[in-house]
Amino acid sequence: MSALATSVFDMPSYVQSSYVGLILTQLEVSLGATLAGLAIALPIGQFCSRLPRLYPPTLGLVTLIYSIPSIALFVLLIDYTGESETTVFIPLTLYTLAILVPGVVDGIRSVPRDVLDAADGMGYGRARRYLAVELPIALPTLMAAVRVAAVSSLSLMSIGATIGNYGGIGDLFLLGLRFFDNRLIWVGLITLLVLSVLCDIALRLVQRLLTPWARSLRSIG
Amino acid sequence: MITFENVSKRYPDGTEAVAGLSLEAPDAAITVLVGPSGCGKTTTLRMTNRLVEPSGGRILVDGADIRERPVAQLRRGIGYVIQHAGLFPHRTVAENIATVPRLLGKDRRAARKRSLELMELVGLETVLADRYPHQLSGGQQQRVGVARALAADPAILLMDEPFSAVDPIVRKSLQEQFLQIQAEVGKTILFVTHDIDEAIRIGDRIAVLREGGHLAQFAAPRELLEKPADAFVEQFLGLDRGVRRLTFISSNGLNLRTDALVKRGVEPEAGQLELPWLLLVDEAGAPLGWIEPRRPGAAPIPIGHPFRAKDDSLRAALDAAVLCPTGWAVGVDEAGRAVGVVSQEEIAAAIREAHRASLEAV
Ligand SMILES: Nc1ncnc2c1ncn2[C@@H]1O[C@H](COP(=O)(O)OP(=O)(O)O)[C@@H](O)[C@H]1O
Ligand SMILES: [Mg+2]
Repeated sequence: MSALATSVFDMPSYVQSSYVGLILTQLEVSLGATLAGLAIALPIGQFCSRLPRLYPPTLGLVTLIYSIPSIALFVLLIDYTGESETTVFIPLTLYTLAILVPGVVDGIRSVPRDVLDAADGMGYGRARRYLAVELPIALPTLMAAVRVAAVSSLSLMSIGATIGNYGGIGDLFLLGLRFFDNRLIWVGLITLLVLSVLCDIALRLVQRLLTPWARSLRSIG
Repeated sequence: MITFENVSKRYPDGTEAVAGLSLEAPDAAITVLVGPSGCGKTTTLRMTNRLVEPSGGRILVDGADIRERPVAQLRRGIGYVIQHAGLFPHRTVAENIATVPRLLGKDRRAARKRSLELMELVGLETVLADRYPHQLSGGQQQRVGVARALAADPAILLMDEPFSAVDPIVRKSLQEQFLQIQAEVGKTILFVTHDIDEAIRIGDRIAVLREGGHLAQFAAPRELLEKPADAFVEQFLGLDRGVRRLTFISSNGLNLRTDALVKRGVEPEAGQLELPWLLLVDEAGAPLGWIEPRRPGAAPIPIGHPFRAKDDSLRAALDAAVLCPTGWAVGVDEAGRAVGVVSQEEIAAAIREAHRASLEAV
């Protein structure tokens, strides 16, 4: 068994990284991009739910960004950031916005009007209300978007292989193609699938821990 | 005491929600704002905790303009209850109730202890403390809302149609319990409702508002029923205003006749045979039903419901008489023993007498 495992997951020398190394890069860049996207989407979403008129144009913009082919973004960025993880990281981050900004806005909109009213009436300040009331109640909707964004980043990252070895597991696809090694392609594909599923499960767990109240809500509703 | 001095509110879209309202809500009393939908009740209430800023006039609490205090501090000192409770779905019942004490810096354990006390006060079993709001019935949620508003022991309570979203039976019990709680805590309460029955049942003072945010009348419930200020108030009070008014007149003055009572198994006396109806009572004195002396052997006619001879109002006595096919009402004591009976005609005479007395009092 261990001999088999070694032979299947041993990387040929042209891969220039161990199997585990590829997985770590993969997770680091795609989950990092999701987190960065969340950090950007939270204030944008908050802004849009305060000023609802700005939401349609903002949504249009993030969707437009999503429609830019990643190759085009790489080419544009490579002059500034070179052949580096950053060049992959930035487009991935921008892509997550198309999922996370609506996720934040829908989440904040899911907070019932009378709950906000009660919070104001009891003397919550703006910031405290946001952190203690709006964000927790938005969390189930928000986390659903984060899960989609994370899994989509995991998959989208593969294209980073085109600018050197920055596609994480995705490197295996390009190298497999170039060196006529189907084994690499299969290993890459299955690894990516397993990572996506594990990542989704992990995020679901986080969500459950963060929103114990929503669990009983689901079981009743 | 909450004082409204010529307060008005015009919303940015031009809606005149409240116009020149002057009103004084006395301490330790329930002042009800009542009126048709859209007449500015909610706006008035929300100006009191500055969720809405007036466009004119001043609001004073105990003589001090509410704008003098920082708004968060003002709000933490005023309990606020709304129609659908507005409970935090992500917090347990105990945590919801502890909201304002926690905002005021009370530690978790002390706040929880206070929550449990309040749950008892509002009639919630403390086993519900760790449930989430959606696991409670509408009536229970409303109780949590009231408990949450009382948690930091504010002097003032603002309540916006707190019992409107629950069914009539639950509403009645919430109202009754609310009055008991108020007897205990003695808050200065502004209570909004569109239901005139609720206003009369609950209010110490009632402010009737009309469309456009004008104050039509401000009076105690009885005065409102007796002397509506104008046609609008009269119409708003409805067609049974006259009967409802009897709620405020004691049945104490009724002359109950005792000669119509006959014990089970005892033969009526000669004089009793002249009466149209006799009330059959059991050995302990509890009423069993009406019998006709001329038709011995016929089944007794049910009495409907009795009224409490000393405590109930003329309205209860009249209702008891109207309800019974014989046209007689049965007065009972605390133990449910019949103390006497009275006819519709005698109740009518008592009502006329009460009218005359109130006319002379003016
Ligand atoms: N935020 C608002 N902007 C504009 N008009 C409003 C606003 N809130 C209430 N109104 C209007 O003000 C009037 C009074 O409303 P409200 O105080 O809610 O009445 P009530 O509570 O008696 O039903 C209504 O005509 C309502 O449509
Ligand atoms: Mg209202």
